Amino acid sequence: MIVNGSTRAMSREPASLPPLNGPIGTIRAKSPRPAPHPHPSPCVFPFSAIVGQDEMRQALLIAAVDPSVGGVLVFGDRGTGKSTAIRGLAALLPPMRAVVGCPYACDPARPGDLCERCRNHAAPLEIHAVPVPVVDLPLGATEDRVVGALDLERALAHGQKAFEPGLLARANRGFLYIDEVNLLDDHLVDLLLDVAASGVNTVERDGLSIRHPARFVLVGSGNPEEGELRPQLLDRFGLAVEVTTPTDLPTRIDVVRRRDAYERDPAAFRAAYAEADEAIRETLTRARAHLPSLTVPDATLEAAARLCLALGTDGLRGELTLMRTARALAALEGSETVDRDHLARIAPAALRHRLRRNPLDESGSTARVARAVAEVLAP
Amino acid sequence: MTTWADALLVARLTAADPHGVGGVLVRAGAGPVRDAWLAALREALPPSRPLRRMPGSITDARLLGGLDLPATLAAGRPVAEAGLLAETHGGLLVVPMAERLSPGLAARLAATLDDGTVRVERDGLGQCRPAHLGVILLDEGRGDDEPVAQALTDRIAFHIDLTDIALGDLTLLEATPTGAGEPVADAAEVLCQAAQALGIASLRGPLLAMRVARLLGGGGDPTEAASILAARLVLAPRATQVPTFDTAPSPDADAASDDSSPETPAPEERPPETEAAPGEGAPLEQRLVEAVRAVLPPSLLAQGLEAGSRPRLPRPGKAGIAAASRTGRPTGTRAGDPRRGRLDLIETLRAAAPWQRLRRGESPDSRRIRIRPDDLRITRFAQRTETTTIFAVDASGSAALERLAEAKGAVELLLAEAYTRRDRVAVVAFRGMGAEIILPPTRALARARRSLGALPGGGGTPLAAGLDAAADLARTVRRGGGTPLVVVLTDGRANVTRTGKAGRAQAGAEALAAAASLRGEGVRTLLIDTAARPQDSARRLAEAMGGRYLPLPYADAGAMRDAVRATR
Repeated sequence: MIVNGSTRAMSREPASLPPLNGPIGTIRAKSPRPAPHPHPSPCVFPFSAIVGQDEMRQALLIAAVDPSVGGVLVFGDRGTGKSTAIRGLAALLPPMRAVVGCPYACDPARPGDLCERCRNHAAPLEIHAVPVPVVDLPLGATEDRVVGALDLERALAHGQKAFEPGLLARANRGFLYIDEVNLLDDHLVDLLLDVAASGVNTVERDGLSIRHPARFVLVGSGNPEEGELRPQLLDRFGLAVEVTTPTDLPTRIDVVRRRDAYERDPAAFRAAYAEADEAIRETLTRARAHLPSLTVPDATLEAAARLCLALGTDGLRGELTLMRTARALAALEGSETVDRDHLARIAPAALRHRLRRNPLDESGSTARVARAVAEVLAP
Repeated sequence: MTTWADALLVARLTAADPHGVGGVLVRAGAGPVRDAWLAALREALPPSRPLRRMPGSITDARLLGGLDLPATLAAGRPVAEAGLLAETHGGLLVVPMAERLSPGLAARLAATLDDGTVRVERDGLGQCRPAHLGVILLDEGRGDDEPVAQALTDRIAFHIDLTDIALGDLTLLEATPTGAGEPVADAAEVLCQAAQALGIASLRGPLLAMRVARLLGGGGDPTEAASILAARLVLAPRATQVPTFDTAPSPDADAASDDSSPETPAPEERPPETEAAPGEGAPLEQRLVEAVRAVLPPSLLAQGLEAGSRPRLPRPGKAGIAAASRTGRPTGTRAGDPRRGRLDLIETLRAAAPWQRLRRGESPDSRRIRIRPDDLRITRFAQRTETTTIFAVDASGSAALERLAEAKGAVELLLAEAYTRRDRVAVVAFRGMGAEIILPPTRALARARRSLGALPGGGGTPLAAGLDAAADLARTVRRGGGTPLVVVLTDGRANVTRTGKAGRAQAGAEALAAAASLRGEGVRTLLIDTAARPQDSARRLAEAMGGRYLPLPYADAGAMRDAVRATR
C-alpha cells in the first residue's frame, strides 16, 4: 500500500513527449497504432513494494489472470495507493502477442476476434510482442477521443477521410483505467456501459461507420463520499474492493519509508524489487496456463448459486462472476480444484456491490456477504 | 492562526519546490495581508517559474488544452494548444475562491498534482504534457461555509491561516529555520508516530512532512530541527485530535489540556519558544508532538477533550458538500440534438471548421459552411431542477425518542431513492438550546447513515431556531440552483426561544414568526406532526408556513416517505 503520486518526481511518459516549443506545440506524429504504448515500467512504483492492501492486489491479479471476470472497482480513502497499484500491475504483466501494425493489437491466436483489417489481410499476419496496454481515461476527455473519430490531420492536410482510433481501441486486450470514476460525465458513462457489455465499439459519426473489438478490463477507482455510482455501471465491474488507510503504526511507517526511498532513488528502489516483481509475473503466467484446465466441481457451483440466492443478488451475473473469480483465484494459488474455500474468500469482493440496497440495515454490504457466507458455506 | 514568520517560511519552501510540496491552502479574506503574502511568494519564486491564476469558471478546453482552431485552420494541420495547467509547468497555480471549486475541477487539479502531467484527450488530440505545478488555494470561506475539497487539501503540504494577522505584523521578518544539526536516524518513523498521535488518517500527511523536512535540510536526510519544523508546518493543521501517548503525559501536556477550555485563550498564544521546552530528554517523536500541540487550534483541543470517542478517520465527505454547489451555469458542451437542448453555435462551428476542406472537396465551388448533424453541439447545464429535501427534525425530549428513529428511517429511505433520482437530502436537528445541520445536502448513503446514527435526542424544543436553520439551508440550496423542500417533524410544542431561554408563550410566537418567514421564502413545506395525538399548535404552524399538515400518530418510515413523495 502506498500513496499515489507515483510520478511526482518525474512525468509518466517522458519518452513519448514531443519537444514543446513555445505555447503552441505540434501534434504527435501518428503511427498506425497511435501511441505504441511505452512500457510504463521506467517510472512506476513496483507492484511488489506495495504494503498491505491484499484484497485490492488480489483482485487486480485475478483480473489479470482472467480478463473475463469483468473489471475491478476500487473504492476507498484517499491516498491508499489505488492508482499506484494499477500502474504497478501494468508494468509487470507479461507482454502479449499482437498483429504488427494493427491499431487494435489483435490477438493472432483468436481468429474470431480479429478486426476487419486483420481478417482481410491477404499475406500471413506478422506478429510481435507488445506490452499490455493500460489506458487512462482522464476526466475531461471528449467523446470523440474515447470512441475514435475522423483523423483530423489527414482530413486537414490531405482531405482524406480516415478513422482515428480512440482510447477504447487502444485499451483493447488491456486495461482501461478511470480514476474518480464517479465524477465521470454521464454521457461518457453511457458509452462505456455499452462497450463494456458487448466488447465491440461501434462508431457511427462524421460519416464513418466502423466496428472494432474493444475488450478491456475496466478498472475504476473513486471515493464513495463524492457521490454514488449508478447501479448499471456498478454491475459491470466484476470485483469491488474497499481499501482503507492502514491504522497500525508499523505498516504506516513502512509505507512512508518505502515511498521516501523510492522518491530519492527510483532506479535503485525498482532494482531492489525487480526480483519480487518477477516472481509475481511468473505466478501470473503459470496461473494463466493453469486456468483452462481447472474445472469447477458441481458442488462448488451449487454452493455459489445458494450463496447468491441467500443474498438476493439481481441477475445471473453475480453467480457467473463468483464462479469465474473463484476459478481464477484457484489458478493463482495453483490449486487442483475450485472449492468452497475459494468461494468464501472471494465472495465479498465479487458480490458486495450487487446487493439490493437496504438502507435500514445498518450493517454494510460486506458484513451481509460475510454473514451469508458463514450460513450457506458452513461445512 | 499561522504566524507571519511561518507564513513567509511556507512561501519560501513552496517557491523552492512547487510540485514537491503540492502547494498551500491559504485561509484568509481578500485584503492587504493576503496580498502581502502573495507578493512575498511571487518574490521568492524564481522569475523563470510561472505564477498563474485560475478563474473558477474555466472550461476544460482552457484548463487542459485542446485544438487551437485559428492556428489549425491557418496551418492546415492540427495545432495543439496548451492549457493553463501545462502553461503553469514548473510554477504555481493560484486558485481564488477555492471553496467554490466544483468537484470535477478539484479532481482534475488533484490528478495533475499526482502525475505532474496533464493528459489531453480532446478534440481529436491525444497528448500528455508535463505540468509539474503546485496550487495556491485561496480559501475565503467563513464560518460554516463549504470547506475546500479534501481531494486537494490532502495533497498539498501547507495549510496556513492568515485571518488573525494584523497589518502591523507584516514588518516581522521570516524566522530563519535552523536546518543544521545531526540527521535523525529514522525521520519516517518519527513523523508517522507523530501523525498517528495527532489522529491524521491519511498517509499523505507524514509523506509530505517528510518531503518538507528534506527540503528544509537542503535535500539531505532530515535533521531533528527540520523534522520538528516540518511537523509543525505540515502535521499541525491536519490534526484531528489532541495528541495522546501511551506513556504518561508530561506535566506540560496536562497544562495544555487545562487551559484549552473554550473560555481561555488557547495554547497557541504562548510564545513559540515554549515548543522546544518539553524535556530535552524526551524521545524525539514526543517533542515533535509537543511542538505541534503548541500551534493546534483551540477548537480542536476543546473537541478532543469533550469527545474522547471521536473517530480518527478523516471527517466525512467535505468534497461531497462541494458537490452541492450547483451553480446552474453552463458546464460545457456535448454532441447532441438541438431539439433536446440549447444549440451552442460557437462550439458547433468549431466542431465543423476543421472538416470544411474535406467536405468542400465534394463541391469545391461552394463557399457555404458545411455543417453535418454530427457537428451540432448543445450546451450542458448543471441540473437546476434537482430537489433537496431538508428534514428539520425535532430531537427534543418531548418528541419521543422512537419518533426520531422513524425520522432517521424515512431519511434513509428517501436517500436510497435520491441516488437514482439525483435528488439530495439534508437534515437539520433542533434540541436543547439550538439547531444544527447534522447532514449537509448529500446523496451519499454512507455519509447519511453515519451522521444520522450519531444524532442524539433529548432537551427542550427550540422550534424557531430549527425553522430558521431550515430556512437558511433552503436559501443556500436555492442559491445553488436547486429546489428545496422542507419537511418539519415536530409535535409543535415549542418551549425554547431563539435566545435559548425557556418560555412556552414566547417560544410559540417566535416559532409562528419563523414559519411565516419560511412561507415568505416561497419554500414548499410539509409538517409532520409526531405527537401521539394531533396537536393544534402543530396545525397552526403548518398553516403559518403555508405547507401541508400531516398528523402521523403512528408514523413509520415507509408512511412518511410516501407522504414526502406525494408533496414532491
